[in-house]
Amino acid sequence: MRSGTKRSPLLTLLTSIMLLYSLVPLAWLFINATKTQDGLFGSFGLWFAGDFALWDNVRETLTYDDGVFLRWLLNTLLYVVLGAGGATVLATLGGYALAKFDFPGKRAVFATVIGAVAVPGTALAVPTFLMFSNLGLTNTPWAIIIPSLISPFGLYLMWTFAAEAIPGELIEAARVDGAGELRTFVRVCVPLLAPGIVTVALFTMVATWNNYFLPLIMLKDPDWYPLTLGLNSWNDQAATAGGQAIFNLVITGSLLTILPLLLAFLLLQRYWQSGLAAGGVKD
Amino acid sequence: MAITRRTFLRSAAAVSVATAASGALAACGTDDNPSAPTVSANDVQAALEKGGTILVWAWETTLKDVVTSFQAKYPKVKVELVNAGTGDKQYTALQNAIKAGNGVPDLAQIEYYALPQFALGKSLTDLSGFGAGSLDGTFTPGPWASVKAGGGIFGLPMDSGPMALFYNKKVFDTHGIAVPATWDEYVAAAKKLHAADPKAYITNDTGDAGFTTSMIWQAAGKPFSVDGTNVKINLADTGSAKFAGLWQQLLTDKLLAPVGSWSDGWYKGLADGSIATLVIGAWMPANLESGVAAAKGDWRVAPMPQWTAGGNATAENGGSSLAIPKAGKNNALAYAFLKYATAEEGVKIRVDKGAFPATNAELKSDAFANKEFPYFGGQKVNQVLGQSAAGVVSGWSYLPFQVYANSIFNDTVGKAYVSSTTLSDGLKAWQDACAKYGKEQGFTVS
Repeated sequence: MRSGTKRSPLLTLLTSIMLLYSLVPLAWLFINATKTQDGLFGSFGLWFAGDFALWDNVRETLTYDDGVFLRWLLNTLLYVVLGAGGATVLATLGGYALAKFDFPGKRAVFATVIGAVAVPGTALAVPTFLMFSNLGLTNTPWAIIIPSLISPFGLYLMWTFAAEAIPGELIEAARVDGAGELRTFVRVCVPLLAPGIVTVALFTMVATWNNYFLPLIMLKDPDWYPLTLGLNSWNDQAATAGGQAIFNLVITGSLLTILPLLLAFLLLQRYWQSGLAAGGVKD
Repeated sequence: MAITRRTFLRSAAAVSVATAASGALAACGTDDNPSAPTVSANDVQAALEKGGTILVWAWETTLKDVVTSFQAKYPKVKVELVNAGTGDKQYTALQNAIKAGNGVPDLAQIEYYALPQFALGKSLTDLSGFGAGSLDGTFTPGPWASVKAGGGIFGLPMDSGPMALFYNKKVFDTHGIAVPATWDEYVAAAKKLHAADPKAYITNDTGDAGFTTSMIWQAAGKPFSVDGTNVKINLADTGSAKFAGLWQQLLTDKLLAPVGSWSDGWYKGLADGSIATLVIGAWMPANLESGVAAAKGDWRVAPMPQWTAGGNATAENGGSSLAIPKAGKNNALAYAFLKYATAEEGVKIRVDKGAFPATNAELKSDAFANKEFPYFGGQKVNQVLGQSAAGVVSGWSYLPFQVYANSIFNDTVGKAYVSSTTLSDGLKAWQDACAKYGKEQGFTVS
């Protein structure tokens, strides 16, 4: 790449529009999280109202209905740690095995995984519900965690990543030096796979954190709701006879809900970028 | 998520309705004399003394305090109150639970419009065998008629929504508009207001099945009638035509704010005066107080506008019953809580929290009638609303698949709100779609 490449005004413009498109909703969310319920309806949406009620809103969000928001936060964390964490571990193990070992039926596995990537999770939600209902697992955390463990895309990503990132010679060398398969994997391969693991972890984390449809049909008990369903039930509260409208808490709750994801992205960005770029160039 | 909430709800409702309605027919064919279980008052008392746990599905927030007080009175009983979703969502969940055969609650909140669907689907316990018939006279006529279907009593009324005219007095005063007593005056007020302030509308409407059916109800229309598996649908009867003629004038002149009810834009319009009136159920004060606090002092309540000057006809809008699903396990205990919440101490607890009662005793009590509402400038709002409860036109019934019917309202009647289709054509299309669906479910539709 030459330095001092001429800037393209058109590309700059398009990028700026994309930037605005991405940032305006965030700005809206933050601005409106500072308003009271009355302020929301009495002021312009993209600017602050008179009172700065962010801290009051945060306090009320965390304490409303006996602090049910914190319960939902813990539920979401549970689903992310066990579900997305488990999915990452499984994808890493499976991807490594598929990339580095030859066994009969590998092509069939490949076809199945590619096919599974193409099926959206939403389409599987109802059959999954019926299956879990027969197992008596609906309305329990397992109904969310077990389906979250499956990430065909993550498996595919780890597979291609492992194929590129781990030279076959390295594994050979480790074996020659007398390392067992597990030791080879944990001590030699996992460090090499780290950027891929972080990438898959981020993907599955975001998917589990934002999961809405599956919990919607699996869970009836608000005590097991993740944040997505909980916030939606707060939002619905305004739409019932005699219900209390708490739009300010819905908005503040949404802001609090995306903060952990923002943090995760900022902290893990480094790994993620190298993960995406790896394998892109053959040397 | 690619799927929108609306389409999801619609398909979910369709699925649940299909199962409910087909269940209705299967049962109707074989079982003409529904065998209501008999549970005596002694059985209920024994269950209370023995204790146990019941699961209640309801989204109504005031029930929480009823549960607390019930458990204090009967320490051996544990009531697990779960919000399994609001309206449609809860019906879908309930239908799924009944279908799956597990996780069915002992008691469920079911709105009046949805009750026939579950009752005729044989999903609910007939409370006649519990002695619920003796509660005749306890409840106001509208809700009491709503919980009865096909000769049984399938729930007890939890609240009611006799309609009234809620209006923004400040807006009316600013533009010198008198409170309309008839629908003609209402249309005139709509014109005058919008001419004086192009940003202000008499009310909002983007097509609302519940509102439309309630308006037809008040106009003495009887578009739906049900007798066993025979269903008659006539959305062109006199009452329906009266409503269509009235509302078409407002639509043609663009005098209705294009804002959906319950949206954030709706709350904003109610607060800033751009939506000047609501013709809506008597539960609205609690929603105004909590959701539109900024307009405190601006709003007043007047009787629902009439078709003939001096009349007092009204209709019910919204409101819920509590019902006992057949698949629920602890019927006796469920009935004890049901009675407590709807006909005994629970009523007062809920009314104090802002619910509008369905019981005559509460409606006629002095404390209730003379309560001054600071939000409404000190007006004794319940006097107007109580009168409305007495004027509900009798003889109304909903379809045994009303949840589905309402879910397709916007595809049919809704067109009149966004295109040149007339309201009467829209109602015709709704009728055809409902009839087609009813036939598919095995009803004889005429």
